[in-house]
Amino acid sequence: MESINGRSTSGQPTGAGPGRSAGGSLSGRAFSRRWVLGAGATTLLTTGLAACGSDDGPGGGGGTIDAFVYGDDAVKVQQTAVERFNKSAASKSAKGTVKLVKIPGADYTSKLRTAMGSPSAPDVLFNWGGGSIRAYQEAKQLIDLTDTIAGDPVLKSGFLPAVLAAGALGGRNYGIPMRGMQPVILFYNKSVFAEHKLQPPTTWAELQDINAKLKKAKITPFALGGADTWTELMWLEYLVDRIGGPEVFAKIQGGDASAWGDPAVLKAAETVKELIDDGAFGSKFSSVSYVNGGAPAVFAKGKAAMHLMGSWEYSTQLGKFPSFAKNNLGWCAFPTVEGGTGDVRNVVGNPTNYWSVNARTGNKDAAIAFLKDCASETYAKALVANGDIPTTSNAAKLLDASPNPEFAKFQYEMVEKAPAFTLSWDQAVDADIATPMLTEINKLFVGKSSPSEFVSALKELK
Amino acid sequence: MSAPTPTKAPVGSPVGERGGPELPRGPRKRSGAATAGRPHAVWALPGVLFFAFFAVVPMGLAFYLSFTSWDGLGDPTPVGLDNWRKLINDDRMVQSLWLTVLLTAASWVFQTVIALLLGVWAAGRQRNRAVLSAIFFVPFLLSSTAIALLFYALLDPNFGIIQQNILGSSSGAFLAIVFVGGWQFIPFHTLIYQGGARQIPEVLYQAAAIDGAGRYRQFFSITLPQLRHTVTTSTVLMVVGSLTYFETVLILTKGGPGTDTAILPYLMYEAGFKSYDFGYASAIASFLVLVATGLSLILVRLTGFGGMRSTREGM
Repeated sequence: MESINGRSTSGQPTGAGPGRSAGGSLSGRAFSRRWVLGAGATTLLTTGLAACGSDDGPGGGGGTIDAFVYGDDAVKVQQTAVERFNKSAASKSAKGTVKLVKIPGADYTSKLRTAMGSPSAPDVLFNWGGGSIRAYQEAKQLIDLTDTIAGDPVLKSGFLPAVLAAGALGGRNYGIPMRGMQPVILFYNKSVFAEHKLQPPTTWAELQDINAKLKKAKITPFALGGADTWTELMWLEYLVDRIGGPEVFAKIQGGDASAWGDPAVLKAAETVKELIDDGAFGSKFSSVSYVNGGAPAVFAKGKAAMHLMGSWEYSTQLGKFPSFAKNNLGWCAFPTVEGGTGDVRNVVGNPTNYWSVNARTGNKDAAIAFLKDCASETYAKALVANGDIPTTSNAAKLLDASPNPEFAKFQYEMVEKAPAFTLSWDQAVDADIATPMLTEINKLFVGKSSPSEFVSALKELK
Repeated sequence: MSAPTPTKAPVGSPVGERGGPELPRGPRKRSGAATAGRPHAVWALPGVLFFAFFAVVPMGLAFYLSFTSWDGLGDPTPVGLDNWRKLINDDRMVQSLWLTVLLTAASWVFQTVIALLLGVWAAGRQRNRAVLSAIFFVPFLLSSTAIALLFYALLDPNFGIIQQNILGSSSGAFLAIVFVGGWQFIPFHTLIYQGGARQIPEVLYQAAAIDGAGRYRQFFSITLPQLRHTVTTSTVLMVVGSLTYFETVLILTKGGPGTDTAILPYLMYEAGFKSYDFGYASAIASFLVLVATGLSLILVRLTGFGGMRSTREGM
């Protein structure tokens, strides 16, 4: 199982939800025209029905509250936390227990959306902050936690301020950080680098030099799982940041679609095109997947020398190629681009994941009490033991207990020292913009649109 | 549901409802035996209710939603014809419609040719026929999702059996979808053709053999014309199946590379469950219903299938 820690866009197939619609057309009742009429709507219908839960909703009597969580490997930390909370004094005084509802990753966002529009909505919901919760916030479905945090010493001082802020909307907090930080890091294969006497790049010129040497040695410079568009997105996120600084995307995130016209975006797109034309990702990247383990395997086996990926790449490699992860996996920051204004310390990725509380919850006290547990040292220790880097302020002293303290400290310092942490674009903007944006990015990478066409298509996204 | 509705003869009507010429369809008189013991309309009730609840009602809702803007939260806001206007002006719709037509046509050619030949072969009396037919049928028993995942693994550019950039190239991805769909559904259509071919009277072939017709002549002059209605049945199923083809696209290509395999059902899914624009998704769904209905009506008309003329006239 790939631990892609909470990527909504991981692109796993959604399984059997809408699955039977096409098969259904073969049920042998073809002679009826009316049945034929129904066929078109069947897909919508089956998907819609599949998502209708039957749980008791928020406020559905008793003190039990439902917490929806992204169901990947990391969920065991939340499972333990729930069990601990349900036995705690805090649970008793709030007269409530928590029931964890684990939803398989790829289905998470659609299932959450459907549930939030129904009477069986969760009381507490896992999310990515920013654009991922804007629709719920606008529909007044979330409790504003700003005052709760300000008035509670544990919550107020418990988390890195930058991480709390990254999940906020319009300066108000709607979420409590509950998982590790997931910055995007440039990983490299130490043995390949040693064999060809290379040093991790710190500037774009160095990177191009490395690419040339690797190609001469018939090694693909970068692994890229282009079948999952969010892997391609990471390249643009960093390039735009290094070329034009974090302000460029900040404007876009603020709703200014014309900011896509910033020269930095065009330059980033042109740089991407150069990389592709140059063969930096190899010739088959558009059918390589990250989610099914393709890109990580290409990287671990030395067919590709580097891999730009979220910090979860480490645990993915640890699961699939443990000796590679322990001995030959190197990491560094994304290089600077000559003439660019972005600070090399800037980071993109997912600061962390958050718990938010449904405004319709029947037991707000229990929900808040449960959220407070995320600031506890026990919770942070569980995250560290799982290989994650907590975003709590006490994390630094816990990192020695990590399975890989060196990598843990690198990540922690990277985020702690970052002047800006840009939230993954697809999480930062609304879904109705993120979806066409990802399509346009994919078109740029597969050569279906030129950098200038890419920019003008993005400017149309409103 | 093509059963003729029983005539509602008033109670005490002197003329019974059996065997009369009042059947709405079928220009030819049917024998009394065909209509004898036809059950009362009430018997259709469970089926009708099921159909109404799971097809007509959702379809109506989707049609209603197509005139609203709804993100899945709160209440839908009426927006009039906005979604339909967007549908007409959407460049992606044009491409998507073209891809859908292309996929339908390619699937039809691929599946019909193979299923027809296999079906006619399987209708024969060869010794290994039963065993092989049973094996051929296996793909249809598998779930579409499982099949798509299997082929996704097989087509992996680094670890699959064909290590080429298939799903990452426009034509490769399209052909892969046609192939995987064919692999799954050809067995089913083979079965239809097998049944159809079995019903062709042996005497026709005997007569042809006496007249000196070879195997090819027999196939084109007897088998194919006799299978006319079977072809229509299979074609309608294929066309409607292709129009609602979805999970294979979702798993193999997610509409990519770029938008080059984003057929209408996928576009609908993306609008609804990725962008949460349920109004627009419903407009696409309603449009799909119109297209599918129109196409199947045209098919039925063109082929004279609706008239249910026998293929054995004059025998």
